[in-house]
Amino acid sequence: MNDTGRFRPEELQEDQVAVTRSGKVRAVVLVTGAGLLLSACGGAKVGQVESATSSSAGGAKSCGTVNLAVNPWVGYEANAAVIAQVAEKQLGCKVVKKDLKEEVAWQGFATGEVDAIVENWAHDDLKKKYIDDQKVAVSAGPTGNKGVIGWYVAPWMAKKYPDITDWKNLNKYASLFKTSESDGKGQFLDGDPSFVTNDAALVKNLKLDYKVVYAGSETALITSFRQSEKQQKPILGYFYEPQWFLSELRLVKVNLPAYTKGCDSDAAKVACDYPPYELDKIVSKKFADSGSPAYTLVKNFTWTNDDQNLVAKYIAEDKMTADEAAAKWVADNPDKVKAWLPAG
Amino acid sequence: MTGRGEVVQSRGTVAMKPAKESQAKEGRVSAVAARVAARLPARGYLVVATLAVWVLGWALLRGRDTLALGGAELTPLHGGLNTGMDAIDDSRNSNPFFLYFINYIRLFIDEAVRFVQALISQPSFDRPVPVLGWLGVAGLATAIALLYGNRKVALLTAAGFLSFGVLGLWQESMDTLALTLTAVVLSLAVGIPLGVWAGLSDRFHRLVTPVLDFMQTMPTFVYLAPLTLFFLIGPASATVATMIYAIPPAIRITALGIRQVSPETLEAGTSMGATPAQALRLVRLPMAKQTIIVGVNQTIMAALSMATIAALIDAPGLGQTVLKALQTLDVGTAFNAGLAIVIMAVVLDRVTSAASRRVEVARRAGRLRTARGRRVEVAGVLGVAAVLGYLSYTYIWAAEFPADANLGPYVRRAADAASQWVQDSLVTYTDALKNLLTNALLNPFEKLLTGSPWWLVAAVAVVVILLVGSVRAALVATVGLLVLVLLGLWQDSMVTLASTLVATVLVMLLGMVVGVWMGRSDRVDTLLRPVLDAGQTMPAFVYLVPILGLFGPTRFTAIIAAVVFAAPVAIKLVAEGIRGVSATTVEAATSAGASAWQLISKVQLPMARSAVTLATSQGLIYVLSMVVVGGLVGAGALGYDVVAGFSQHQLRGKGLAAGLAIVVLGIVLDRVTRAATERADAAAHGGLHQR
Repeated sequence: MNDTGRFRPEELQEDQVAVTRSGKVRAVVLVTGAGLLLSACGGAKVGQVESATSSSAGGAKSCGTVNLAVNPWVGYEANAAVIAQVAEKQLGCKVVKKDLKEEVAWQGFATGEVDAIVENWAHDDLKKKYIDDQKVAVSAGPTGNKGVIGWYVAPWMAKKYPDITDWKNLNKYASLFKTSESDGKGQFLDGDPSFVTNDAALVKNLKLDYKVVYAGSETALITSFRQSEKQQKPILGYFYEPQWFLSELRLVKVNLPAYTKGCDSDAAKVACDYPPYELDKIVSKKFADSGSPAYTLVKNFTWTNDDQNLVAKYIAEDKMTADEAAAKWVADNPDKVKAWLPAG
Repeated sequence: MTGRGEVVQSRGTVAMKPAKESQAKEGRVSAVAARVAARLPARGYLVVATLAVWVLGWALLRGRDTLALGGAELTPLHGGLNTGMDAIDDSRNSNPFFLYFINYIRLFIDEAVRFVQALISQPSFDRPVPVLGWLGVAGLATAIALLYGNRKVALLTAAGFLSFGVLGLWQESMDTLALTLTAVVLSLAVGIPLGVWAGLSDRFHRLVTPVLDFMQTMPTFVYLAPLTLFFLIGPASATVATMIYAIPPAIRITALGIRQVSPETLEAGTSMGATPAQALRLVRLPMAKQTIIVGVNQTIMAALSMATIAALIDAPGLGQTVLKALQTLDVGTAFNAGLAIVIMAVVLDRVTSAASRRVEVARRAGRLRTARGRRVEVAGVLGVAAVLGYLSYTYIWAAEFPADANLGPYVRRAADAASQWVQDSLVTYTDALKNLLTNALLNPFEKLLTGSPWWLVAAVAVVVILLVGSVRAALVATVGLLVLVLLGLWQDSMVTLASTLVATVLVMLLGMVVGVWMGRSDRVDTLLRPVLDAGQTMPAFVYLVPILGLFGPTRFTAIIAAVVFAAPVAIKLVAEGIRGVSATTVEAATSAGASAWQLISKVQLPMARSAVTLATSQGLIYVLSMVVVGGLVGAGALGYDVVAGFSQHQLRGKGLAAGLAIVVLGIVLDRVTRAATERADAAAHGGLHQR
């Protein structure tokens, strides 16, 4: 009946190309011997050295695990690294950093996988969804950093055309900014889609002879500014501070009509500069109610733009790891750190 | 990539013609056109005439019915998609589907990944190091390569694994490997049975093909954020994202293998009384084994290509290193990690390819050695691996890769210097090239596509497809184009289409020139192949900074990125085709006194035509898969919409719509190239004699 044995797979596997068997056996003996020899000579064994850094005393209350979202920009990483450093070394917490985009990080409040976001740029829609509607997150106050968003030119341009920093003169220079992408108009370079942008409306409402071109990422934006300065190629684009790149190249802000409260309430009719931003921290409701000393630390954490820029510079330019950078700053600023710690 | 709250949002109301009416009209048009086309033989002239009508129509009707939609504008459909996604979010904690189904899958996958990580990458079981240290992992991998491949790939494997340590990225590499392997194993566990089913059942095959198309062309960015709602932040989400992309090749190629088994062989089995189950187990599966291993190979490559993107939702490993480096535009560090990914891909590719060849050789060669010989070999090799594993379990020197042997900083500095030099010294030329190609080729084409009324573009497209393809393909195109209109993203789709087609033309130019060169010379092949592998597997994020420096944030930069990624495939396929031309034919032509140029243009290329068309359709799909990366470097349009949807809450719906538009473009372009190929083949059978 079952005479299909010709096709049996086991046989197929057995039919292998000949290899010198004795050579193989010899090799086995050799390596095994060498291995035994080595193990006789020793070398440090795994688990022999006791891990010395068991949670050093500091906080009376147990801290447990803190899940810190790390959004993908260096300034944020500076905040997160310093908070993590203090929480681990001085409060004995276990900090888990999770690298996430903002949207995903906010979702983490709902799923219970993120305890804190430590640099938030406005995001009123997400605040409404997760703080007001779902009630899974609460604000933990400002970080002390002031966010500025605006239109910038490379420094060489401000030197060569001093009046370019006034928006009223932008049309005069529009032809300088022509590129292959701008349809014969001047090019205004927009950045990452995560940014707040009113630029298309601004161009229209200020009657500027420009076209908004979407660079699509911060990488693209920074590379363009860098090349602009190096090649003396004109550029007008969207940028913001605090940002580590500004310590490499001090971009010059163009003055748009000044911001007044409510001038940006109708998105289609905006004709004024961006508002100043107070960056803040958001924590999950669960974390806020836990009484963990880490929550107190996050809530008390504030520092200045200069502080953040310094740590960001350690990371971005001096190529330190975030942990090294944070450790250096914490060691240099014991007084500021002390003010964040829970009383007692 | 900083995030800042709200976006300018104005409800864009887009004028949409009643779809039904125009659909019926176009159906009639296409029927008439088909009849006309059937009668008239001079298709070439008709195509030219149609295009002339288009240009004329553009000149007369420019700017009308172009369906433009601004960057932050939404259509009601986009708003509706947003609301739908919010509804899913909200029901997450109460819906039994989540509570009893998704959550268990998540737990299972999480545990599986954590287990592999515990074995090779993360401190585990109260030890400061993983179970297997570098010596053990490298030894085991080499042993596997030796047992299933050959000595050459075993050597390559050993060198590859050591290089992870030498680059200073041992742990990151092992994290990537752990995630990739888990995703691959799970993908195969799902994909091979489904592939067998698709191989046996025509109906299931027809059903599953569009789903697979969808899974492969839908940009990952679209489903990445929603996935974390289902599977939470962690290894499970990253694994599932990887699986969505990696399962289709497993299913497709397995089905192909099952289908390829010759009917005669099957009949022989059946006549001997084998039941269908026996026929499958004893005939089909063994005969399809080699093809299935090719499927495994493609699954691994697909899984590895997700390493960087999965890092956006906290997948551990090399992808993290690349993304972190990108934040500070640190090309060197990104390159270093990218290099490790390339090495891993090359090693895994060569080992699985060798394994597949070995199966074939074994099948052909028949019995050369006794089972005992094989057993001794297996025992010996595994014995050595076990000893190495034990050492790496016990001793720190074998567990942690020696830090002194770290060449990473040198690689980083060299890459940095190279990137800097390229940006500084070549920028004048690249700028001129960019302006030339953009103004001469891209801009006019894009103006024609975006400036004409949408119905004119659609009508021209359908007529041209009728002429060069088939009625069926024209129908697919009609439906697809209407879907683009309904999605509210007509103009963005046309911008993306223009760049996609220009990129494909460049890919094919490169593919023909380099592919022919490679196909004619083995030395060139050996020299170029690693470069092509690198182009295919190096994460695009690594070379974004230098090409941005050279070309600025423009559509052309996006085209270059797409060419870097897609050209290797086209080149390899063309080379394969050239090499497939029989030696006797080439000899005959040479002895008849054909010059090298005549040989290429009159003999080799025409005879490799099916390979060239395959290269075109693959090149197209690869180009299309880079649309989203293009959105990150200034391409705007659909790619930007998808990226924006990933970053902005209000734009999620639009991002989803843009993802769907990319899928539609992919499916339409694929069907059209296929139909055109079939027609060309049929035509060629009358004239030129095919092999």
